[in-house]
Amino acid sequence: MRHPALTWMVAAGVALVAAARVLAVDPTQLPDPALQARYVALTHELRCMQCQNESLADSPVDLAADLRRQVRELLLAGKSDDEVRAWMAARYGDFILFRPRYSLRNAWLWGAPPVLLLIGALVCWRVVRRRMTLLAADQDPVEEDART
Amino acid sequence: MSRFLLPLGVFALLAVVLAIGIQHSPEKGVIPSPLIGKPAPQFALPSLTDPASTVRSADLRGHWYLFNVWGTWCGECRAEHEMLLQVRRAGVLPLIGLDWKDDDAQARGWLTQLGDPYQAVAVDRSGRVAIDWGVYGAPETFLVNPQGVVVYKHIGALTYETWTREILPRVSSAAATRS
Repeated sequence: MRHPALTWMVAAGVALVAAARVLAVDPTQLPDPALQARYVALTHELRCMQCQNESLADSPVDLAADLRRQVRELLLAGKSDDEVRAWMAARYGDFILFRPRYSLRNAWLWGAPPVLLLIGALVCWRVVRRRMTLLAADQDPVEEDART
Repeated sequence: MSRFLLPLGVFALLAVVLAIGIQHSPEKGVIPSPLIGKPAPQFALPSLTDPASTVRSADLRGHWYLFNVWGTWCGECRAEHEMLLQVRRAGVLPLIGLDWKDDDAQARGWLTQLGDPYQAVAVDRSGRVAIDWGVYGAPETFLVNPQGVVVYKHIGALTYETWTREILPRVSSAAATRS
């Protein structure tokens, strides 16, 4: 490379990537790549209960490591993703799932936005209709001129 | 008049929804346990004080007990220890301890130094039993009834208030209906 600065930058970049690999919270590598992909996805969508806004995959605390071990064991035992999620939720509640499940208790949360949208559309439609009848009934010549 | 009716109604509805939300919102940081009303998780673990023997959840059936998760690495556990000793002195129900991811020798030292409030202490080195109980931070205390069902869970140091307001009434009202 001609530019010494460029050489240094590339070297620094390579070092950073290597450091990230070494310092990664979770070095797990499952034998089957498909299983590994499911493991990575699952640990990213399960909450670390101790540090609550981090996922299992990102958390360095002991409990997160223990819970990752459980995910690993359940996957290796042939459990489906939903079975792993259910296993976690049975112990820690729905709070452990970053992606909420549909249930009767939170049904109104899912249902409310479309219902509110419908109400909004209805109000909008009524207002427009009323204004149109007002306009049709309006016989004021000055306004008539203004519109043409 | 009627033009105010709709906004007023919407406001009232919103107020009711928010009021319910505030009433039901748990204390910040305290997550309700899905275990309440469910059978307590089974376990069989070595005893801390007598490594040759095993502490079994099956042996605990038939009477009330408090299941207390602790560790010597946990500062709040030291804070609640005096209350645990008080519970032992009260003699209402036995305390079963779960020594969570701890060093055995240190844990034994802790009990000889501070006093031993437990009828038995199970050793959970791998943390598997704690996970089965949905434990995410020590200390946590569970109240289990004679049928082996979890009735109540307290997160954080056990206090005199929790003991008199939450635990004792549950145990004594059950005793009253039985007699």
